[in-house]
Amino acid sequence: MSDELTQRVIKVMAATQHQPVEKFSLESTFEELNIDSLDGINILFALENEFDINIPDEGAKQIRTVHEMVDGVRKLVEAKAAGPAPATV
Amino acid sequence: MERRVVVTGLGVVSALGNSEEDFWNSLKEGRSGIQPVACFPEGTLRFPNAAEARTFNSEDHFDAKEAGFLDRFAQYGAVAARQAVAGSGLDFKTGTLGEQTAIVTGSCIGGKATEDEGYFQLYSRNNTRFNPLTIPRAMANGAASRISLEFGITGPTYTVATACSSSNHALGQAYWMVRSGLVETAIAGGSEAVFSLGLLKAWEAMRVVSPDTCKPFSKNRKGLVLGDGAAMLVLEPLDAAKARGAHIYGEVIGFGMSSDAHHITQPSSEGAARAMRSALKDSGLAPEAVGYINAHGTGTTANDCTETAAIRSVFGSHADKLLVSSTKSMHGHTLGAAGAIEAAATLLALQHRVIPPTANYEEPDPDCDLDVVPNVARTAQVEVAMSNSFAFGGLNAVVLFRRAS
Repeated sequence: MSDELTQRVIKVMAATQHQPVEKFSLESTFEELNIDSLDGINILFALENEFDINIPDEGAKQIRTVHEMVDGVRKLVEAKAAGPAPATV
Repeated sequence: MERRVVVTGLGVVSALGNSEEDFWNSLKEGRSGIQPVACFPEGTLRFPNAAEARTFNSEDHFDAKEAGFLDRFAQYGAVAARQAVAGSGLDFKTGTLGEQTAIVTGSCIGGKATEDEGYFQLYSRNNTRFNPLTIPRAMANGAASRISLEFGITGPTYTVATACSSSNHALGQAYWMVRSGLVETAIAGGSEAVFSLGLLKAWEAMRVVSPDTCKPFSKNRKGLVLGDGAAMLVLEPLDAAKARGAHIYGEVIGFGMSSDAHHITQPSSEGAARAMRSALKDSGLAPEAVGYINAHGTGTTANDCTETAAIRSVFGSHADKLLVSSTKSMHGHTLGAAGAIEAAATLLALQHRVIPPTANYEEPDPDCDLDVVPNVARTAQVEVAMSNSFAFGGLNAVVLFRRAS
């Protein structure tokens, strides 16, 4: 599935890595893309800014593929859209 | 002829207290100085804990005018030097000793809090007039210069900035200067004050700071915990120390350094191993002479297994006989002061024949399978100890010490 969010994530990742977006697909692994740990935190920083989200360290450390990154961002964007749970009176 | 060099003065400012006694008592009891960050409201940072030198009060040591010239990191350094000099019994204003003394300090970031405050005023408050003391407060040699002024020391005085290896590089160079006869005495160490919001946010972005405490070599370790403070040592030739009946904390017997040329932040076991081998070669000792290693042991995933691999590569089967602990689990990672604070811990361990533990240890990690002295200090007849520092940028510095005979 290549929806708008996927395309935005890939665009941010490609820009951060100074690589053409064509090099990136959902199936690409960080290893194939030559993304090391320092590149990884740069990408997280760029994605946090792009989507105005906070990506927690714990989950982020497990991410190894573009697909996992898109899924993680989607969850955070959806949680943000849902907003905080309404206060009970 | 090369001279033997001993440590005759030692001073510490840290999360574990601001005296040799408080520092050592915490270390041997395995008591950590890591606590919730006090200087910023909860929620400001993604990491909740730090090892601040929170009992240090500027007013106890400096009058208001003096304090105005000194960022907190320079104050830490000056106070640690006062303790070390007082303990050594040396008077640098007597005869020509001041000219024949070197000061070498380490600092990774200098007066960052002073800069941070100035930039905040400028960018956020549109206050376009800077404090005119910003430059002298922020310069990384602030502590070295203050120590020079305070004690009238006019020999070689400078500051080394190699990130987290800064003060091991400083100690090593001071050691070589005294050993070679270039100077008669040296004050060496490092100081750091990390608690400015701008700097802490930058560390937060690196995603290497633990969301709980610092658990070096433990499988469930989650990163480093930042700390601040200082340590300073007085170095002099063994013969001179003996002649004046000075207390000898221990002997500095070797220094080695290397660069990974591998990656700007990822450590390399080969680079770390080269620095350890270089220190052993400088000392003329075989690896089997070493009994204790005060590890770099930051508590990050990458450092602790890389350091373990490096120790195994250098020491071979002797690695299983070594005691290896990370006192960062108690005083935090003090960046440019780390080597100096850990040198103080190592010298006190040799002197008291007690190895401080790796605190907060919870779960064995097969990739960190050395005897890391978990949680409880151990009595041990160790004669020679190594203290490791490895820095971002791949710069490694290792110092070897021997128990005073």
